[in-house]
Amino acid sequence: MTEKPEIQLPEDKPLEIAGRTYQSRLLVGTGKYHDLMETGHAVEMSGAEIVTVAVRRTNLGQNPDEPNLLDVVSPDSYTILPNTAGCFTAKDAVRTCKLARELLDGRDLVKLEVLGEDRTLYPNMLETLAAAEELIKDGFKVMVYCSDDPLLAMRLEEMGCIAIMPLGAPIGSGLGIQNRYNIRQIIENANVPVLVDAGVGTASDATIAMEMGCDGVLMNSAIAHAKDPIRMANAMRLAIEAGRESYLAGRMPKKLYGSASSPLDGTFF
Amino acid sequence: MQVQVNGEAMELPAGATVAALVEKMALTGKRLAVEINEDIVPRSQHPMFALNDGDRVEVVHAIGGG
Repeated sequence: MTEKPEIQLPEDKPLEIAGRTYQSRLLVGTGKYHDLMETGHAVEMSGAEIVTVAVRRTNLGQNPDEPNLLDVVSPDSYTILPNTAGCFTAKDAVRTCKLARELLDGRDLVKLEVLGEDRTLYPNMLETLAAAEELIKDGFKVMVYCSDDPLLAMRLEEMGCIAIMPLGAPIGSGLGIQNRYNIRQIIENANVPVLVDAGVGTASDATIAMEMGCDGVLMNSAIAHAKDPIRMANAMRLAIEAGRESYLAGRMPKKLYGSASSPLDGTFF
Repeated sequence: MQVQVNGEAMELPAGATVAALVEKMALTGKRLAVEINEDIVPRSQHPMFALNDGDRVEVVHAIGGG
C-alpha cells in the first residue's frame, strides 16, 4: 500500500438562498411548455425546489375557470421566484418586482433581469445595477441575472445581491457555457451563491457548470424545448447531481500522454 | 367614469372600488396584484379603494416564464 497523500477537497456546503436550505441545485423556469400539465410534470421530474415565473397582465377576455400556473406550481410546495423578464429599464423591473411581491403575499425574493436588446437578450448591466440598488433598498432579496463580467459580479455582491447569476450563453440559445474562464473567476471571487442562468442546451452543459463549482444552474428552454421535456427534466436532475459530485470528488489532473491503468508487473508475455 | 384597465378603456360606475373592478373581470378570489397609476394597491385595500376617472389600472398574475 502506498501512503495516501493529504488531499484538499472542496467543502460540501448546502445551497442556501435567503436563509433557506435547498437539496436541489437545479432551478427551473415555467415558460415555453405546451400546457400547464406538462409544466407541472417537468417541474416535478426535475426535482427543482425553486421555480421561476413571469408577471403579466390578466387577459380581459380570459376564461376565469382556466387553471392558473400557481395552482400547478403551488407556492406551498415550491419557492416561487418571480422574474423581471421582458423589462428593458430599471424602472419597469422595479415595478414588476413590487407587483410580484404583492402577488406572492409579501415574499420578497426576486430574479432581477434587465435586458439590453432583442437579438441576444444580453443583460443591460447599467440598468441592472440601478434596479438592484433600488430593490435592495426596498427590502427585496435580489438574485441577479448578469453578464459574465467578474468585476461587475463582485460589484453586485457588494451591493447586497444574494445570488449572482451570470449567463452561460444568450437566453434560449442552448449554446452551453461560452466563457468558462469568466464563470470560474466569478465563482472564485464570490461569497454568495453563483448560478449559471441561461445558455444551457443539454445535460452535459449543466454538468460542466457544476463541475466548475457553480452552486446551481437555472434553466428553462433546455427542458421545455427538448423533444421529450419530462425525460430531459430527469436528465438535467441527474446532470446537476453528477456535476456536483464530480466537483466535490475533485477530478484527476489532465496529462498530455497516456498512463496505464493496469500494472505492468506480473505480465506473462 | 372611464378607466384604463390593462391598456383598454373600461366604463365603471362613479366611485367603483378595486374589488368591484376585479369582480367585473370575473377574477374575484384569484391570485393577482393590482397597480393604479403605478402604485401598488394591497389586496387588503381592494374593498374600499375607490377608482377615479382616468385611472390607469394594471391587473397582473403569474404566468410561465424563465
